[in-house]
Amino acid sequence: MQVTFSVNGTRRTVDVPADMPLLWVLRDVLDLKGTKFGCGAAHCGACTVHLNGAPTRSCVLPAVAAAGAEITTIEGLSSDGTHALQRAWTELDVPQCGYCQAGQLMSAAALLARTPKPTDADIDAAMNGNLCRCATYARIREGIHRAAVLAANNE
Amino acid sequence: MTTQLDRRDFLRVTSVAGGGLLLGTWLDYGATGTLHAAGPDGEAEFSPNAFIHISTDGTITVMAKNPEIGQGVKTMLPMLIAEELDVPFERITIEQAMSDPAKYGSQVAGGSTATPTNWEPLRRAGAVGRQLLITAAAQTFGVPEVELTTGGGAVHHHGSRRRAEYSALAERAATLPAPDPATVRLKDPKDFRIIGRAIGGIDNPKIVTGQPLFGIDITVPGMLHAVFEKAPVFAAKVATANLDEVRALPGVRHAFVVDGGTQLNGLLGGVAIVADSWWAARSARQRLRVTWAEHPTAAQGSTAFRAKADEFFAAGPQRSLRADGNVAAAIAGGTAVEATYEYPFLAHATLEPMNCTAAFRDGKLEIWAPTQNPQAGRTLVANTMGIAPADIAIHIVRSGGGFGRRLNNDYMVEAAWIARVAGAPVKLVWTREDDTQHDFYRPAGYHRLRGAVDGAGRLVAWENHFVSFGEGTGFAPAAGISPGEFPAFFVPNFALGVSVMPLGVPTGFLRAPGSNGLAFVFQSFVDELAHAARKDPVQFRRELLAQVTPPPAAAPGGPPQPQPMNAERMRGVLDLVAAKSGWGTRQLPRGTGMGVAFHFSHRGYFAEVVQATVSRDGQLTIDQVWAVGDVGSHIINPSGAINQVQGSVLDGIAEALAQEITIVGGRTQQGNFHDFPLLRLTQAPKVEIHFRTTDFPPTGMGEPALPPVVPALTNAIFAATGKRVRSLPLTKHDLRWS
Repeated sequence: MQVTFSVNGTRRTVDVPADMPLLWVLRDVLDLKGTKFGCGAAHCGACTVHLNGAPTRSCVLPAVAAAGAEITTIEGLSSDGTHALQRAWTELDVPQCGYCQAGQLMSAAALLARTPKPTDADIDAAMNGNLCRCATYARIREGIHRAAVLAANNE
Repeated sequence: MTTQLDRRDFLRVTSVAGGGLLLGTWLDYGATGTLHAAGPDGEAEFSPNAFIHISTDGTITVMAKNPEIGQGVKTMLPMLIAEELDVPFERITIEQAMSDPAKYGSQVAGGSTATPTNWEPLRRAGAVGRQLLITAAAQTFGVPEVELTTGGGAVHHHGSRRRAEYSALAERAATLPAPDPATVRLKDPKDFRIIGRAIGGIDNPKIVTGQPLFGIDITVPGMLHAVFEKAPVFAAKVATANLDEVRALPGVRHAFVVDGGTQLNGLLGGVAIVADSWWAARSARQRLRVTWAEHPTAAQGSTAFRAKADEFFAAGPQRSLRADGNVAAAIAGGTAVEATYEYPFLAHATLEPMNCTAAFRDGKLEIWAPTQNPQAGRTLVANTMGIAPADIAIHIVRSGGGFGRRLNNDYMVEAAWIARVAGAPVKLVWTREDDTQHDFYRPAGYHRLRGAVDGAGRLVAWENHFVSFGEGTGFAPAAGISPGEFPAFFVPNFALGVSVMPLGVPTGFLRAPGSNGLAFVFQSFVDELAHAARKDPVQFRRELLAQVTPPPAAAPGGPPQPQPMNAERMRGVLDLVAAKSGWGTRQLPRGTGMGVAFHFSHRGYFAEVVQATVSRDGQLTIDQVWAVGDVGSHIINPSGAINQVQGSVLDGIAEALAQEITIVGGRTQQGNFHDFPLLRLTQAPKVEIHFRTTDFPPTGMGEPALPPVVPALTNAIFAATGKRVRSLPLTKHDLRWS
């Protein structure tokens, strides 16, 4: 089936099977490898992208269901790697293996977009569905708070 | 540790084609940490096989030799080289080395060995480079070497206020004979500028921007995508498969049976489907119908293992591994405690599922593998496929988690085999269910314990019947125990006996293997004995550590004997964690308790305290963890070290809370994160971490912080509720109290 959507601001049309998840279209058709396959069942959040701004598990979303949508992936989180979260993540050395971090960043970016100064409770609610096997959770939490400060100070 | 450079070690200096200096050290790191020369392998020439390459254009490249699995070695090991080369860390470019043990020595991510085995050799590799550059500068300036200093990637002559960049000296340095690494002078540690500095992971910028980096991200021209269905009963072979039907499905290029062998960590039987995309291969697999040949492992299961353990407990151990003093008499004369403990099989559950990319051309294989043990993979592939090891090139690719899973290379040989049959480069990617159901599990273990304290409250007797898996006198992988394991050497009347049953389920090393189960059992039982002695659990442990009895000297020429851990170092971390956690200083409400435990593993000493709260209706909250470690004289990269302790502690908590693999009919019941749950953000307690530095060579951080947290948690639950947890995971326990 043909489906058209916007990926990181660029209009893309792909011809893919009706049941092919957006994750595999991004990774293997559009060659955007930043979005990760972890479970295939929306359990882990490694595949999180923004669908019209909302954090969405791309591993269970058929690409055709995203027709007309604005999709943002980790590659499009910022043009040059300077989103406040990206700066906070490198400043605090958040990643260990790093495999879940694209999904963590996309969930965190959606949180900050609607809640610029999140509380710990806000972070709990927004981030509890993103699993980190290395358990970098302390620095994820710290990184979100740090990014909120960086963004507020326009640093 | 007494790492010494063998005299036969050598270092080559080469003038490279593009101009510049290439330093190659060929070191073979023996298991003991002693170095042996790998021997010359022909004339050196320009190739990315050296640790250091200084180019005349100013680029300084340092090779990262070991696989990066999230433990931070791609950053930490180059720090050692850069420190002694005396070049700012920010100035170096780090490249991941390919698998080539003749050039890099051992390239394994396992056993927390990277630090102890590389601490001295890689610093010497850097120091040799610095010495050559100083000699080159002395010749250039016409001054004595002693008047020269280094800094900022340049050699300085203060008397004449001259300086020369390393890059400007590279060509001359490349013509010089290399000094013996064993004699080159290393920095006084007080002059370290890189070691001891918190440095973020070298790949972080790529990670946060989503650049291709992991094994699963590999793409090579003409690549096809594969899935591989293996028998749910381990090692069963394919009887029939509807291959013709599968071959006709959209996008499918090949579907074939792989006969496979019988070696659990080798190529096992199954059906491969190769397609234009992974989704097409996976969709075709939904229509695959396989019948499997009968296999004896189908008769095995967790319930039967447990029943067999009870039979062994009733019958007594098959054999003794250690017997000191007279346990029976000491138990009869003291206050005795008896208990049975057990822990389950566990999966590794790396977030990146097993995957590998392979291309077979003209009799040669090229492999891109997220592996912890590339050389073992090469051997496995060579033996399985009849290809010379020299014809197998392995790119070490960053792994999305390892935890010991990728020490086995089953997925590598599968990808290689499938690529050769398919006649095209192939990327094999497992599903999460494949990954959960075809792991090399942390083996379950069962322990029958008896112990006693005397009238003064001293631990005087300890008897352990450990029921594990294996055949005869051999243990299944990661299912063994050392006769020197604590509290051996610390209890005068000590007996360790074992019984083993056969196992058809693959087992392997999971972060802090052995220790991750044994520490739970032993430090919980020590707690039971502390209560029997009516002593504070920290104080009881202090007294136990004072009871160490050195082993008798080994027979001349005989094998080395197990040695006890260093009791003073353990006492140091125990005292510090007690102080930091406010042990015994706070009045805690009912339902809240603190538990303590320590464990020595992978050369590291860790003591940890957990504070936990259990509500009346049995809800467990872990309030905080305090972890204190002694891994020697330097914390090489404090940022990475804290990450590893955080991760290890929370990993142990995840295991204790809810993780269990159960075997029914010779197959794994769990499949995905809904039934093998990882820790979540809201479950992660605060972990306060301290390091106690001692005058010993630095050791690794990836594992030793894990084992003690499990018993510290269950001991805290006892303190909070009076309920003694003797099996895991905690989801099996009713923690309600009134």
